[in-house]
Amino acid sequence: MDKDILKEGVGEVYASPNSDEMRAFFRNKKKLLENKLTSVKDAVEKYINDGDYLAVGGFGGVRIPTALIHEVVRQKKKNLGFSGHVSTHDCQILSAGGCFDRVDAAYVVGLEARGLSKNSRRMFESGNVKVTEWSNGALSWRFKAAAMGLPYIPSRVMLGTDTFKYSGAKEGLCPFTGQKLALLPSLYPDVAFIHVHRADIYGNCQIDGILVADDDIAKASKRVVITTEKVISNEEIRREPSKTIIPYWCVDVVIEVPFGSYPGNMPGEYYSDEAHITEWLKTEKDPEAFKAFIDKNIHNTKDFYEYLELNGGLEKIKELRKIEHLY
Amino acid sequence: MSDKYNSMELMIAIAARNLEDGAVVVVGTGVPCAAAMLAQMTQSPNLTILFEAGGIAPQLPTMPISVGDSRTTHKGLKATSMAEIMELCQAGIVDYCFLGGAQIDKYGNLNSTIIGDDYNKPKTRFPGSGGANDLASLTWRTMVVTPQNKQRFANKVDFITTPGYIEGGTSREDAGLPKGTGPYKVITDIGVYGYHSETKEMMLLSLHPGKTIQDIKDNAEFEVLIPDSYETTMEPTEEELRILREKVDPLKLIIGRG
Repeated sequence: MDKDILKEGVGEVYASPNSDEMRAFFRNKKKLLENKLTSVKDAVEKYINDGDYLAVGGFGGVRIPTALIHEVVRQKKKNLGFSGHVSTHDCQILSAGGCFDRVDAAYVVGLEARGLSKNSRRMFESGNVKVTEWSNGALSWRFKAAAMGLPYIPSRVMLGTDTFKYSGAKEGLCPFTGQKLALLPSLYPDVAFIHVHRADIYGNCQIDGILVADDDIAKASKRVVITTEKVISNEEIRREPSKTIIPYWCVDVVIEVPFGSYPGNMPGEYYSDEAHITEWLKTEKDPEAFKAFIDKNIHNTKDFYEYLELNGGLEKIKELRKIEHLY
Repeated sequence: MSDKYNSMELMIAIAARNLEDGAVVVVGTGVPCAAAMLAQMTQSPNLTILFEAGGIAPQLPTMPISVGDSRTTHKGLKATSMAEIMELCQAGIVDYCFLGGAQIDKYGNLNSTIIGDDYNKPKTRFPGSGGANDLASLTWRTMVVTPQNKQRFANKVDFITTPGYIEGGTSREDAGLPKGTGPYKVITDIGVYGYHSETKEMMLLSLHPGKTIQDIKDNAEFEVLIPDSYETTMEPTEEELRILREKVDPLKLIIGRG
């Protein structure tokens, strides 16, 4: 252990925090304003490989890129790493596909007030998934450090706890004040999936409501796949540049997927489909029934829209719009 | 327990009274959110409610199901990032946070990660810290609302997810956590507890009407300090109950569990 380091967590750091390597990568990333529209199927085939480290935007059941996550399951991607900062329904879908083997966990297996996912729990209790513990703040700041081009960021969380002990953080002293600090390695994912409200064909993105960590995740990730409720013109982006949360150079491809956060909430558009999410949670209790449920909803559907149609289609969305707007 | 209210209603009313006007509080879904809404509709109209996912000062129309759903920014003052909320806490702006957990020990350390002896093959995997570790590390005062029983009030938590006073005494500050922060109150269905000023052990502040010291002992694995004098908890007023039932939780999502 380095003499300046007082303690270190035993958790594995899955992605290199080396900011010089990432500077070289970002230098070579294309920065042309070119048409980046593609399909969900092609994006998943091309931009995520078995073994990659994935970051999912949104907040578990809010503004999630459902179409992309389903496609990862459909294409049977394996051995992914992923970061779970309040990963709820997204973690549930990836668990259903058995798609990951290592996780940076700040919040996994639960669906907040709705309860715990039996199937996610089976996955995490099997001993076959490597877990490194973090807090939500720690994961947010790890993305932020990466977005800043730094190899680590100091913080005052996790100190004195088992969360620190099983994390990949180190404890060191502030060179200015002598305070004990938890040093968090930056987190550069291989690929990020983010669902937004509006994007142009170049990948300039607008988000309404909370950002969670998506501004930083987009800047931190090697490859970024965007699904958007709506494709808008570049003129519209330029009319209000202060609304641009993710700039085009971060983004590799854009796919227009209206209602794409379903069954999650899309702020200002539609509320979460609580009945359907409850169906997931209930069905998970019986592994056989759950397998049939996943076959029906994901493996045997050709795309996200067939899944949406199975669960009520546009009529359901209209209902969820009413709930969102409190009619 | 009284026939006028149930234990959940009592806990929410007590929690709400602990949020004074002008305070800033980070809440989660469920009881904490109900308490903050009740406080806002009673003595603390200027209570600033934050949600860890990025919602600042919403006027909550209904109970959110997620700490990131659109209710958490409804008529709010700002919609931001999780990092910014945690940075506000780290900067010392935030007075209170409200937490729960599968287990709590006498120093207020919380476990929401695993049950079992082997971290690598846990008997039960829970969600983990979420924002709890951040909030309990950084906000000035941590409040816990939980039903009380021997499993929850554990001698030793299986995993310290979220820091309380760690091993008591000065160990929290010695660990590097910000000075002057820490567990403040624990509100259960039996009583309200604080912490001894020196040893930092959990200590009775007030006992709920109809509850006894024996109830505390029967529902805690560790010994709760019982001071010579303690209060009897003030029951929820008719006004508090009316607002709670009619405005805060008309669907009885939370109070229905009491």
